Formats: sequence, structure tokens, C-alpha cells
Amino acid sequence: MEESKILEVKDLAISFKTFEGEVNAVRGVTFDLHKGETLAIVGESGSGKSVSTKAINRILPKKNTFIKSGEIIFEDKDLLKISEKEMQGIRGKDIAMIFQDPMTSLNPTMKIGKQIAESIIIHQHENKGNAIKRAVELLDMVGIKNPEKGSNLYPHQFSGGMRQRVMIAMALACHPKIIIADEPTTALDVTIQAQILDLMNELKDKLNTSILFITHDLGVVAQMADRVAVMYAGKIIEIGTVDEIFYNPQHPYTWGLLASIPSADLEEHNLYNINGSPPNLLYVPKGDPFAPRNEYALEIDFEEEPEMFKVSDTHYAATWLLHPDAPKVTPPIEVVRRREKFLNLKMREVI
Amino acid sequence: MEISSKLKFANPANNHGYEVVESINANKEGSYFKTIARRFAKNKVAMISLVLFIFLILAAVLAPVISPYPPNKTVGNFEAAPDSEFHLGTDEIGRDVLSRLIYGARVSLIVSMGSVAIYVIIGTTLGLISGYFGGITDATIMRITEVFMSYPYFMVILVLVSLIGPSIWTVTFVLGFLGWPPLCRLIRGQVLYIKTIDFISAAKATGYSTSSILFKQILPNVLSIILVNATFGIANAILTEASLSFLGMGVRPPAASWGNMLSNAQSLTVLSMQPWRWVPAGIIILVAVLVVNFIGDGLRDAVEGETK
Repeated sequence: MEESKILEVKDLAISFKTFEGEVNAVRGVTFDLHKGETLAIVGESGSGKSVSTKAINRILPKKNTFIKSGEIIFEDKDLLKISEKEMQGIRGKDIAMIFQDPMTSLNPTMKIGKQIAESIIIHQHENKGNAIKRAVELLDMVGIKNPEKGSNLYPHQFSGGMRQRVMIAMALACHPKIIIADEPTTALDVTIQAQILDLMNELKDKLNTSILFITHDLGVVAQMADRVAVMYAGKIIEIGTVDEIFYNPQHPYTWGLLASIPSADLEEHNLYNINGSPPNLLYVPKGDPFAPRNEYALEIDFEEEPEMFKVSDTHYAATWLLHPDAPKVTPPIEVVRRREKFLNLKMREVI
Repeated sequence: MEISSKLKFANPANNHGYEVVESINANKEGSYFKTIARRFAKNKVAMISLVLFIFLILAAVLAPVISPYPPNKTVGNFEAAPDSEFHLGTDEIGRDVLSRLIYGARVSLIVSMGSVAIYVIIGTTLGLISGYFGGITDATIMRITEVFMSYPYFMVILVLVSLIGPSIWTVTFVLGFLGWPPLCRLIRGQVLYIKTIDFISAAKATGYSTSSILFKQILPNVLSIILVNATFGIANAILTEASLSFLGMGVRPPAASWGNMLSNAQSLTVLSMQPWRWVPAGIIILVAVLVVNFIGDGLRDAVEGETK
């Protein structure tokens, strides 16, 4: 992993105005994205992962959204401060996006080739013929058989997996520096999902783009990510490398998430779940929003929100359990097993 | 024997490993509009109507070639009944009714298509803007629309035409400038829905400018609705023009129009004794409007597609 930061999000806070009041969807999110790495953002529905990434591309609905604080630094520019015109030059060219549902993300009245070519025409000012030629190359690159024929077809003639390949081709059209993938495989079935993930990994290595990967599927995270950020109630509560998050998690919420992955090889057949539901962000509770669901909650959790505690240079977690004076606890058995298994694997590798 | 001779691979060139290959769905060929055209072609009534309407257009375009006499000249006896020379008879100053009918098609088509073209441009643009931007823009445009819709339509036309002076162009522009509000509302409603679909966010995230989102992404998706609405609009405009000309506020004599030919029927003698002076005009208006409405119905069914 190279150390050069390509994107810095600092203390981003976003609210939605609704009839009932102000929904604090994102409450101070800070992370960096490095060149050529995949950062996965995981969390439950409503944890703010999509909202914070849509803010990067500034495609949140303007009417009721307002950004309370924060900076999004890309190439020494704060994306929250530049003009809409300037932003149009960045969208699609430097920061591209892949959406969740390939069935609705393509315009049904436009030919596939033209949809891909359009962004080349917009950003690289190519003429139409060259842009279409390039679109056909891109279709070939994302594994569409018969790309010439494909480029002349309409979206309804493609299957879901093929449409997602088209979306990827569209995203790659101008060699973006960052690709934001918002649950790109959620709407696909498992075999197609595996193919799409392989394709994204392969293309990422080939083109050295950075990927911001939003998902709630931890299996996908393990396959894709270099680093992982776990979000809860509009905040990042733990961030670290994929190994650190999977094998040495520190936050009780991360423990809960990991323990609730159904596993084929564990002897125990119990499926763990996290009781309760995420807080209503209309009324953000005092203290740590996870505390009411947290079996390891301390008294301070109901009083004050924990800061980020450093675990290692790359690993941070927001839980009072990491405070030097906090009582020592053992994580759930599933998490402990997971760690042991991992350490054994590491030992074997060393030997 | 028969069976065993067929127990071999149908295609020896196939390799017998399974790989996951997604195939292009070749059953559904062609674009959305081709599909609509194909569905439309299956509708017999609509197709016959389309052929008749094309004849009408040809008659209007080729009027100087096909009409037997000049339309505005006295060519025969006054008020002569149809015979081999004047197939539909002559009018009160000896003009050929058939020729006037053919030239009247020009007026009807120019007025109807011209006014619809004008109101489609206004209504579509305003509807797209109103639906896409929302907020104050939307509220303003919708209030204007409501103001336009809450006046008695025909009275406003009569007042405007009498202020500007009746002519074929006045009628065309007045109908065009008054006709857009229903289409505008219809399009706004569609845009409200379409703008929530992901491909609009995807287009935004690709760096499309607002105007290309409106006209390249959204417009093609409402085109079929515009088409259907415009077709019905043409039928309406033919009727309105005929009514205006009947009242003497449309095309000015001596120029021929179906409506001012029909106004002959105001006289009781003509109505009862000289049917050739008004029946053909009445029938051609009826046929033109019916035919256009059938085309509109066919288009609407084709657009709505599988629901039938």
C-alpha cells in the first residue's frame, strides 16, 4: 500500500431536514483513501455509509440536505467548496461511481455503447466515432462477449450481471482516480457477484485506481478490501486493515458483526445476533449510541461518547474499553476462535 | 436403430466444460421505439387510420396538382348540384366544392400541426424544468399553468383572434400558445418519477450537465407520452379551427377552410335543399378527427404495451 493520500474526508457531518426534525445522518466522519487501495465501509442500513460517500460526489438531494461541517480534500481542493461547474468536471472523470441496482442505473432509451461513450465525449472531448470505439474496447475489457454487438443494444437486452459490467465500464471510461462502489453486488446473485468482484479486483490492479467500497456484506469485504471502516449511527467506530478488523477487532459492535456471520466450519451452530435496532438519528442519544445494545457497555458509555483510541498505527476504535483504566473483557467466543485460527495460520506461514 | 444413430453430440465443436457465460438476450431485439412501432403495426384500425391520414396529408401537399379547378375562382354555375363536371357541385358563387375541400385540408393541417408543434415545445420544456428543479421554479410554473387552465379556453381564443385579426397564422399561434398547460403538467408528473430512478444519479455522477440530463436522459423517456398527447392535440386543433372558421374568426374568405364551408349550413335553404354544400365538409372533418383519434388510441396502447 502506497502512503500517498488521494482523498481526505475530515469531520464530515451531514443532516437531513424532515418534517419531524433534523436527522443527523452523518455525525463527524474522518478517513483517508490512499492511492491504489480499496477501503471498505461497512455498517447497517442507515449507518450513514451511502450518505457520506454520496457527499464526496455531491449527488445528495440539495433541497433537504445540509452539510454541517467537514472538508473533503481531493487534489488540494475542498470538494464541498468548489462550484457546481467545477464539480461536473470531476464527476465521472476523477471520481466515478458504480450504483447498487444495475437494473435502474442505465437509461432504458439509450444504447449501451452511447451511454459509455457519453462520458468520454464530456470529459475527453473526443469525437463520437472515437468515443464509441473506446466504449467497445471497454466493454471487451469488462468481459462482455461480442462487444460490437453489445454496444448497439439497449439495457433491457442485458442481464443484471452484464449491466453491472456495463456500469463498471462506464465508471472506468475516463480512468478515474477514485471509484465509489455503492453496494455494487447486492442486487446480483452469488455466482455473478463473485465474477463482478473478481473483475473489479483485476481492473483495480491493472489501472491502479482507488476504490471506496460500500457494503454490508462482510464476506465481500474480506475478498475486496485492504482496509475497513465500520460505521454505526453516522460515525466510524472502528477502522483498520482488513486483517486487524477481522482478526483483532476491538469494538463490541465489530465483534457483534463478525460473530453474526454464519460460518460453515465452526462446530457451534448458534448464530449470534445483536439485539435491538440502531438509534433513531432524529434524537441522537446521549453518550455512545451503541451503548443500549452493547453487552459490554460501561457506565461512561451512557454519559459520554468515546473518542478514537489508537490500537496500532493503522488501527483505531471508538470504545471506552480501550481506555487504560477500563476493565479487561474477553470478546465473544466466536471472535476469539477467529483470532486463534488466524494466528495459527500466520504461524504456519512463518514456519 | 433410429435412436442409437442419434446418440451423438449435436455439435462436436462444443467443449464440454461449463463456464459461466452470460448471454445476450436476443429475443427482444431493437429499441423501445421499434417495439412501439411493432405493436402499433399490429393494430389494424390504427394502421388503416394512419394510411387515411397520410392520404389526407398528400392531398393537402399536392392540392394544386390534384384539385380539378382553382379553389377561389368562379368556374361554373351558381349552386349547381353535383354532376360529371363538378363532382361535389358548386357553391353560391360558382366555385368547385371538391377543390375547395382539398385546399381546406391544407388549412386544417397547417393549423393543427403548427399549433401542436408550438405547444409541444413550450409544454415539454416547461414540464421538464418544472419537474426536475422542483421548489420555487416548480411552484411558479405550476401557478402559471393553473392560470392558463382556469380561463374559458374558447373565449380567450375568440378575444385574442379578434384583437389580432383572424388569419390562418393567428389561429395557429393562438392555439399553440394556449394549448401547452395539460402537456406541461403531464410531463412534470413523469419527470418527478423518472428523476428518482438511479440512472439520473448515475448520469449526474458521470458528470453530465443539467441540460444534458434534461434533454438527453429524461426527454427520450417521456417522448412516447408527448407523441400520444400530440396526436390527440392534432384532432382537437382540427375541431377548434373548424369551429373558429365556422364563426368567421378563423380563415378569412375567400380562402377555403372546412369550417367556413360548413358555415353555409347556417342558411335553411342550403341545409335542406343543397346538401352538397355542407355534407362533404362535415364528413371530412368527422373523418379527419376520427382518424387522428384512432391513431392516438393505437399509439397509446402501443406505449402502454403489455397491459392489454
